[in-house]
Amino acid sequence: MGNKQTIFTDEQLDAYQDCTFFTRKEILRLHGRFYELAPNIVPMDYTDDPDVKLPMQLIINMPELMENPFKERIVQSFSEDGEGNLSFNDFVDMFSVMSEMAPRELKAIYAFKIYDFNTDNFICKSDLEKTLNKLTREELEEEEVTLVCEKVIEEADMDGDGKLAFADFENMISKAPDFLSTFHIRI
Amino acid sequence: MKPWLAESDDENQAPANEEENGEEGENSPTGRKGRKGRKGAGAANRKARENAKKDKKKKDADESDEEDAITEEELDKLKEAVEEKKKLIATIRNKPWKMKQKLEVLKDAQAFVEKFEGALGKGKGKKFYAYKVMMLKKWMKFQRDFENFKTACIPWEMKIKEIESHFGSSVASYFIFLRWMYGINMILFGLTFGLVMVPEALMGKPYGSIPRKTVPRAEQPSAMNFATLYDFSGFAQYSVLFYGYYNSQRTIGWLQFRLPLSYLLVGIGTIAYSFMVVIRTMAKNANDDGGGDDNSFNFSWKMYTSWDFLIGNPETADNKFASITTSFKESILEEQENRKEENIHLVRFLRVLANFIVLCTLAGSGYLIYFVVRRSQQFALEGLENYGWWERNEVNTVMSLLGMFCPTMFDVVSGLENYHPRIALRWQLGRIFALFLGNLYTFLIALMDEINLKRQEEKIVQHNMTMWYANLFNGSQSENSTFVVDPADVPRGPCWETMVGQEFVRLTVNDIMTTYVTILTGDFLQAVFVRFFNYCWCWDLEYGWPSYCEFDISGNVLGLIFNQGMIWMGSFYAPCLPLINVFRLHTSMYLQCWAVMCCNVPHARVFKASRSNNFYMAMLLFILFLAMLPVVYTIVSIPPSFDCGPFSGKQRMFEVIQETLHHDFPAWFAKVFGYASNPGLILPFILLMVMSIYYLNATSKGYQASILELKKKLQSQAEENKKRSKKAAEKAAETQDDPTKPNNSPGSQPNRSDGTGAGPKGKNLEVPPRIAVTRPPAPKGPPVPS
Repeated sequence: MGNKQTIFTDEQLDAYQDCTFFTRKEILRLHGRFYELAPNIVPMDYTDDPDVKLPMQLIINMPELMENPFKERIVQSFSEDGEGNLSFNDFVDMFSVMSEMAPRELKAIYAFKIYDFNTDNFICKSDLEKTLNKLTREELEEEEVTLVCEKVIEEADMDGDGKLAFADFENMISKAPDFLSTFHIRI
Repeated sequence: MKPWLAESDDENQAPANEEENGEEGENSPTGRKGRKGRKGAGAANRKARENAKKDKKKKDADESDEEDAITEEELDKLKEAVEEKKKLIATIRNKPWKMKQKLEVLKDAQAFVEKFEGALGKGKGKKFYAYKVMMLKKWMKFQRDFENFKTACIPWEMKIKEIESHFGSSVASYFIFLRWMYGINMILFGLTFGLVMVPEALMGKPYGSIPRKTVPRAEQPSAMNFATLYDFSGFAQYSVLFYGYYNSQRTIGWLQFRLPLSYLLVGIGTIAYSFMVVIRTMAKNANDDGGGDDNSFNFSWKMYTSWDFLIGNPETADNKFASITTSFKESILEEQENRKEENIHLVRFLRVLANFIVLCTLAGSGYLIYFVVRRSQQFALEGLENYGWWERNEVNTVMSLLGMFCPTMFDVVSGLENYHPRIALRWQLGRIFALFLGNLYTFLIALMDEINLKRQEEKIVQHNMTMWYANLFNGSQSENSTFVVDPADVPRGPCWETMVGQEFVRLTVNDIMTTYVTILTGDFLQAVFVRFFNYCWCWDLEYGWPSYCEFDISGNVLGLIFNQGMIWMGSFYAPCLPLINVFRLHTSMYLQCWAVMCCNVPHARVFKASRSNNFYMAMLLFILFLAMLPVVYTIVSIPPSFDCGPFSGKQRMFEVIQETLHHDFPAWFAKVFGYASNPGLILPFILLMVMSIYYLNATSKGYQASILELKKKLQSQAEENKKRSKKAAEKAAETQDDPTKPNNSPGSQPNRSDGTGAGPKGKNLEVPPRIAVTRPPAPKGPPVPS
């Protein structure tokens, strides 16, 4: 709106505004945060679209993600190579989906990806066990873990194959009243 | 081939391309959509561009045939394609693709739209079409800039983020609610300040020119004292802050600003605007809600929606982990054993006793307020100068104290009841709500008594005033002096509207003071005590009792809602109320943010009052409705004071509308309005609205019934699937020797080939039959035709 900045061209900023839920100021602020993570690697000038990726270790040390038990999975789900190395595009995408303006359906898709630890497009029993252990820091007994996982499959599995496909997951999460308020990261 | 036609063909080809591309052939929500979207749109675009080039060459070749080259039908198809592309651009941020992909698709779509939008303009109305397109682009740019501006204006974002990371989303929701209220109050303030206070201050008669705008001679010595000002009498009373100052001149100033009309419309407009905003927020929340109370996904929701992604503080995270573990353990316990109803009679007796105590408290507080208000009326009759600070502020102080102590008592009493915490919270909220409501309405009834008193006084004063003017006239006649009287000396009629306004303002100020003092003495002192006396105390204060307190979300939200109810009720009589409230909310935000970070600890367990955010919104709506009733009643039924305010001299306040219609609008308009406000027209209109409400209610019930049916169907389908797969699993378990035989007959029937005839039960002695069964769930094998 008149502020001269040389990080992005105006077309780039407009494109980012079209593709995410962020405003211009927020995108510039995100670039600042990205830059702070690794000032030596991240260039200040993005007009020529440099291909710079930051390793997962740097991203999961951000204060917004540090306490999250699913931080590695979050970063991996948004990375292109699946290993957790984020370019600036992926970085912006991640925070855009996790922001409070993203619609429920979009968040459900990414939540499914995050909770699918073995990336086989199903949430199977081992995924559930991993989720539960991360949530409770392994304080529950073996039988309790098994019981909870079985209950979850019983509740949510619609097609009876013993694991949750995306349709099952979406059906379950779309009715959850707390989903939108908890699946939200403010940046 | 025309490019826009090419696209639809491409869409059909895309799935075929997709098969060879898919890494996993199974349902992948992002994979399939992403790939298809990319392939479909990108491929179509590339083809479109190639065809466009071909087309352009063709067009350049035969320009004379331009009109023929694009028929109406193709124009329509092109329009459709362009519209589709535009829609894609608008919704691209909702697509679950990788950012790089989104950027590419966006670029392609924008190029397509730009290229062909020009082509669309051929034929009729080309210039108009181009103009329309340009205006649309400008409008979109303006909208985007406006959105950016609005987002930049949102205050306290970082403060709320800090609270969220320390306390989780439920405590932060109070502050987000506070911020939203602040926004509403800013708008109300803008309305009252800009359309009522400023015009009168700038264009109306100045202070001291007419009797109603001057402090009476008797009060003048004490008019500037701090005590008087704090009490909102003296100079504060005779200023734009209160109703009584406003003059009833029909138009003021060179702008011919109709002040009385503006006053009335702003008063009604603030309430109408508040209604609109609250209902719109409720509708939005209802959309996000997703279906309300449903116990069928208990464990799933616990697993997937209990971690709060906003947490950024290690201590809070520890708390959260502990609370999640506890919650799971509780649910498991409930699953495993049925809780026995221990001694139901004792429990019932205790609950009845608790409710009885609560009812007594409510009745007691109602009577106390009534008694105090009566007493204050007596003080007023005997003249307030004889009494000290307590007697003057008795009513407000008593109400504030009741609001402070009764909820704590309810909390203690609810210990008797032994309810599940969520249900106990609901009871608590209900009781506090009843307490505040009762107090408010007792206060209003007492006010009505005072209003009636003042109105009777009016008649006497009116009589006295005519006598006084007659004396003055005679006196000036005999002395032959000019008819000049200092406005301060003219006897005044009583002004019940200003009195009501003053009462509300005093109540609000008291409420503010009480809240701040409670925070400072309650939470802060407790925290200081626990922190510093822990060193020299016998037991561990921090872990045992009293420990640091938790932030009382529901109490604070209720306080905020009731405070807003006061504002809505009183701002018609005291235009300064929104200003005071804006100031209060602003300082409250900073004070409470500091207090929460400094003195409170995160909740061990959080129970929301209800599953939806609409619970507090519904209360707000209810309070708004209740606040509207007294205001509307006074506008419609009570004659305004004859000596003060913008409606003085009229029989009813709303007569100013008729006056405006008569003077300012052409004659036919007044006639039309007269016909429209005929009861013969209004009654059928009301009837129509009632019928439409009934109809909408009936259809919504029908929809809910059909949703329930569909849910049941889904459930039974799921059960069938489970039964089927269980049977298949049993069958496969019995033919356990070769569970992974990949060769299956393409005919998907359970063929017992090879004529072994051995039933599935028992071991097969011969070559195991090649039976095509649906695979058991566990191993991921190659796709099986089932």
